[in-house]
Amino acid sequence: MTKTLSRDLIVAAMALAALAMLPLVFPGKHVSDFVIRLSAFAVFATSLNLLVGYGGMVSFGHGLFYGLGAYSFALLMQKAGVSIPVAWIATLVLSAVVATVIGAICIRLREIYFSFLTLAFQMLLYSLIIAWTSFTGGDQGLTGGIPRPSFLGIRLDDPQHLYLFCCVVMVGSLLLMRHLVQSPFGYTLRMIRDNPRRTEFLGIQVWRIRLLAFVVAGVFGSVGGMLISLFVSSAYPDFAYWTISGEAIFMILLGGMGVFLGPILGAAILLLLNDVVTRYTEHTALVLGIVILVFALGLRKGVLGTLNDWLRRRGMANVAKSGQAKAVARTG
Amino acid sequence: MDFEALLSCVSTASCVVTQATGGLISGMLLFLVAAGLSLIFGTLKVTNFMHGSLYMLGAYFAYTVYNWTGSYAFAVIGAALGVAVFALIFERLFMSRVYCADVLMQLLVCYGFILILDDAVKIIWGAEFLSMGMPATFQRPPVVFAGGVLPVFYLFLIGITLLVALLLGLLITKTRMGKIVRAAAINPTMTSALGINTSLVFGGVFALGGLLAGLAGALAVPVRSLVSGMGFSILIESFIVTVIGGMGSVAGALVAALLIGLVRSFGTIGFPLFTEGIMFLFMTLVLIVKPSGLFGKER
Repeated sequence: MTKTLSRDLIVAAMALAALAMLPLVFPGKHVSDFVIRLSAFAVFATSLNLLVGYGGMVSFGHGLFYGLGAYSFALLMQKAGVSIPVAWIATLVLSAVVATVIGAICIRLREIYFSFLTLAFQMLLYSLIIAWTSFTGGDQGLTGGIPRPSFLGIRLDDPQHLYLFCCVVMVGSLLLMRHLVQSPFGYTLRMIRDNPRRTEFLGIQVWRIRLLAFVVAGVFGSVGGMLISLFVSSAYPDFAYWTISGEAIFMILLGGMGVFLGPILGAAILLLLNDVVTRYTEHTALVLGIVILVFALGLRKGVLGTLNDWLRRRGMANVAKSGQAKAVARTG
Repeated sequence: MDFEALLSCVSTASCVVTQATGGLISGMLLFLVAAGLSLIFGTLKVTNFMHGSLYMLGAYFAYTVYNWTGSYAFAVIGAALGVAVFALIFERLFMSRVYCADVLMQLLVCYGFILILDDAVKIIWGAEFLSMGMPATFQRPPVVFAGGVLPVFYLFLIGITLLVALLLGLLITKTRMGKIVRAAAINPTMTSALGINTSLVFGGVFALGGLLAGLAGALAVPVRSLVSGMGFSILIESFIVTVIGGMGSVAGALVAALLIGLVRSFGTIGFPLFTEGIMFLFMTLVLIVKPSGLFGKER
């Protein structure tokens, strides 16, 4: 086991312990509901960041997988009546297949055309959900709730179990993605982002890495969708609408796309902002718009990115200072 | 899906005429918005995601000017010029700061503005649907053609949009100004080295895009109802149009806009829930087969 992996494992275990303790400190339903919603968005935004931040592929249609995950899971539970792990795994497999097909078509295009094609695919799924009323419930969403039978002693209809389950899935998914980003695959992806042509000259099949990244991001994106459909016990067409992709992009930029934990912080900030602003004013859009402008024109690297830069600058200043001191000591 | 209804409509002349004119006017409005979007992308290589909001502003400006003056002509001119000025200010103060940043930053600045303008419209004009009604000049008996009913305003709208399309085409291909714009699109650095103020050109193109969107908004007021957020659906459709027609091509925008307008108007009879789906399907196919669009140049 490498040093970074063991460090990540320790961080993950600590985060999980802290999340498990949270309801003991704040017993209210607000906090645990917030964490569950956050778990869905944190996984989803981080999976998009694999494409945007690490791969340089700006997808406007990542919400496709959020919607696909939510609908596939909810429909399997409601109509097929399978157990939760089966529905879970079947959804992951379906997402991987869909991501492979769509990814193979999309990654041939560059820049804005890639973005538009992904958006078009997402809106196709959305239109399909709206049009196929008999199967998906149309614009009403799936009504009647989804059954949550217990498995392996886990009863997801119990709020406490659901909370812990979502925390475990979130931390586990994030840990897996973190590991991927630190692996040779992750570094190849960064290299392609920075200079695809040179990467190709090094004998790496660029399209293969890009496609793999697309599939991995799609699969984890659907995990976010499954978490939210478990929480709301349904699936709505909004989950596949373009605004979901827009929100995820904003979360990434808000937190900082150059830092692994950035999108998670961004998700937390955006969810909090939405909750708090709606409580005080009806002009949520106005406030949100101004915040977005401040970030887009001022804090370009996001909260964590800016913080990181600041720490690094300070660190360098310290190194320079101590270097000077040593030099002085040596000459003196 | 109700294909029988669609079939019975297509087989009667009056239904075809009515639906086709309906499709044509949505297509014309769409063209005006998409042409501006396409022009801005073709010249500045930035995507103006808030172009739909300019259309919305145009509609509200026209509504207000019409209520003040009672003249629809003033309303159209006022809306077009007002939105052009707004677009110019937006470009100079905000958009020009993110030209060098990546597309995400441009998206964010525009997204921020979409949210702000939607809420601002709610604060100023209220959240309810507004409608202006047909101006007195156009309250005449409709023209009847092959059993189909054509309101006079529809004919006016189609005529004026075709005129604008023609003028726009001439402006870009035949005039010195058009040449400068095309030069700045291909190589802005070289163009500015030749002594041309490219910031002015970019601002001008943005203002022209705003003018067209404002015009579309003003022309839409008699036939559409106004609501905050109305810019969004036309934004999505004009994206589809620019992608299908080819980014930067005015002729492509016209053809694609009319196509989308007709698909929408006939689609509401045959498959009301999947008309949007058909558009996206079409866009997907074009992007897969020829990413530069039907009329776009390969790069």
